[in-house]
Amino acid sequence: MSATTYVAAIREALDEEMARDERVFLIGEDIGHFGGAFKATEGLLEKYGRGRVVDTPIAEGLILGVAIGAAIRGLRPVAEMQFADFVTCGFSQLAYNASTFHYRLGVSVPMVVRLPAGGSVGGGPFHSKNPEAWFAQVPGLKIVAPATPRDAKGLLLAAMRDPDPVVYLEQKYLYRREKGELEGVDAIELGRAHVARAGRHATVVTYGNTVSMSLAAADALTSEGYDVEVIDLRTLVPWDWRAVVSSVAKTGRALVVHEATRTAGFGAEVAATIADLAFDRLDAPVRRVTALDTPTPAEKGLEQFVLPSPEKIERALRDLLAY
Amino acid sequence: MVTSRRIERRVIELYRQGVVTGGCYTGIGNEATSVATAWPLGEHDVLVPTHRDMGSHVVRGHEPLAIMRQYMKRATGQTRGKDSSLHMGAEHSNIVGMISHLAHMAPVAVGVALAERQLGRNSCVLTTVGDGASSLGDFHEALNFAAVQDLPVLFVIVNNQYAYSTPISLQYACERLSDRAAGYGMPGETVDGTDVVEVFDAARRAYERGRRGEGPTLVESVTMRARGHSEHDDFKYVPSELLEAWWRWDPIERYERYLDERGVMTSDERRSLNDDVDQDIERAIERARSEPMPEPATAATDVYRDWSDGWTVPSGEDWELGS
Repeated sequence: MSATTYVAAIREALDEEMARDERVFLIGEDIGHFGGAFKATEGLLEKYGRGRVVDTPIAEGLILGVAIGAAIRGLRPVAEMQFADFVTCGFSQLAYNASTFHYRLGVSVPMVVRLPAGGSVGGGPFHSKNPEAWFAQVPGLKIVAPATPRDAKGLLLAAMRDPDPVVYLEQKYLYRREKGELEGVDAIELGRAHVARAGRHATVVTYGNTVSMSLAAADALTSEGYDVEVIDLRTLVPWDWRAVVSSVAKTGRALVVHEATRTAGFGAEVAATIADLAFDRLDAPVRRVTALDTPTPAEKGLEQFVLPSPEKIERALRDLLAY
Repeated sequence: MVTSRRIERRVIELYRQGVVTGGCYTGIGNEATSVATAWPLGEHDVLVPTHRDMGSHVVRGHEPLAIMRQYMKRATGQTRGKDSSLHMGAEHSNIVGMISHLAHMAPVAVGVALAERQLGRNSCVLTTVGDGASSLGDFHEALNFAAVQDLPVLFVIVNNQYAYSTPISLQYACERLSDRAAGYGMPGETVDGTDVVEVFDAARRAYERGRRGEGPTLVESVTMRARGHSEHDDFKYVPSELLEAWWRWDPIERYERYLDERGVMTSDERRSLNDDVDQDIERAIERARSEPMPEPATAATDVYRDWSDGWTVPSGEDWELGS
């Protein structure tokens, strides 16, 4: 078996689920013959036809609204935003429409919104956003954020089978950098974290782009005798607080890492929960490594200054371990 | 039309008595459009109406009891106190429950039509906005895409002269809102929204076109909002002469004259019909008032179709490590 890229894992999940379930269809911009801006839907129009791979005008509110309308009639739409940044054009459709149907009317909205997210690709202020905190403030939406090709496939399969609207954050940076074996991957249950690296001295809680960076930082510290645990949350809503709290109870130290900006980021929620539920076991304050509170700048040096890196995580870990 | 009018008159009284709380929006003056656009539809066709389309709800079989329960936010109401007024919908009526972002329901209506086609059903979809919501981007996006896809959707703009307090002179510069249809590549017409027969004919033509696969239609129905935006609004911004003039075009009185001229119904028969309607409404009010308000704790239910209790992050007060 050859290793599969992260973006190919997404395509594989879409393809398998479309073959398995006739209700699944794709909707978005340039997803047909062009195969999507990142080629995540390449070949699917040819295989499944225009009825199930629907190209739209550039209109994100339309795409999301149509997905909602189709979902409440029994289909299983997977909507693609070309970049996560442009979901703002259709924000109300998720923030108020998709998210409230079940609460108000008991009507299930089984849709997935794929958001190519994240920086470190020189995308600048309008092609680099990590928007999870916006959506974490919307009860009614679920949020997944895979960090590996296996999880990209397994979580997308689960999202497509879920009866609730799921925001699926896929990392552009990982599309062709992360490769993995997909043999035997089926749906991965939402709400379950994955211990990406077991350790005893500190816990890094992270997801998305910063999982591989955190693993690199943890590896760099082994020569100094430190054994760091890295928890990949994989799902943000619902999130696996039990896994986090029991890990921190074991290690006594927690570093929360994400690529999104700092203030009111998802990491603040994780840190507050650790402080609340594992206060007695903490040997050090809960620390965070995040992007600075700025738009994502376009120039490489500026972007590196703003975003997390393995070196920044390593520095923070060393400080935390010495506390 | 009579049932709709009489329900709304009573809702206003109940609002003043504090039995109906929150926003109290009515479609008084608008009954010809809400009734006549819904009337030609078959049971498998789908409606996406607004908060002023009481007539559509009545036509689709929402009984006074269901409506009163909803307005009084009873536990027995369609939204079980979680939403109010005509934010209701049900499977049996094929009505999609609206959100307050009115223009955002238009893409949902298009999604319904897309799904119905994909599911092999030749259903038509009716969706309504006022002159106010017709200015939003999502409404434009929906019309455009419905035309591209040749979907059988009737878009009705109920031009009731005011968006809250803003007169149409500050909302658009074209002569008629139906002129916009040409820009989308669909037929458009403006009808007298106080003439139930004229509206009915226009709606029926639109559905016939839709069923023949000839795509969507835009109808502007010119009428008057005979009350404030909501009942808290004294609508002093409407010149009294204008209101008086409009009342001479009351759609119900107009239709009564129409029936009289043709000898379809005597005034005695009409009186007896009105009495029956009133009795029905009073019985509904009495019963709904006697029914319980929702249990406060139900506020936390049904946010998701699929949610495990274990996913909810507990407060440290209620939780201990190891539990």
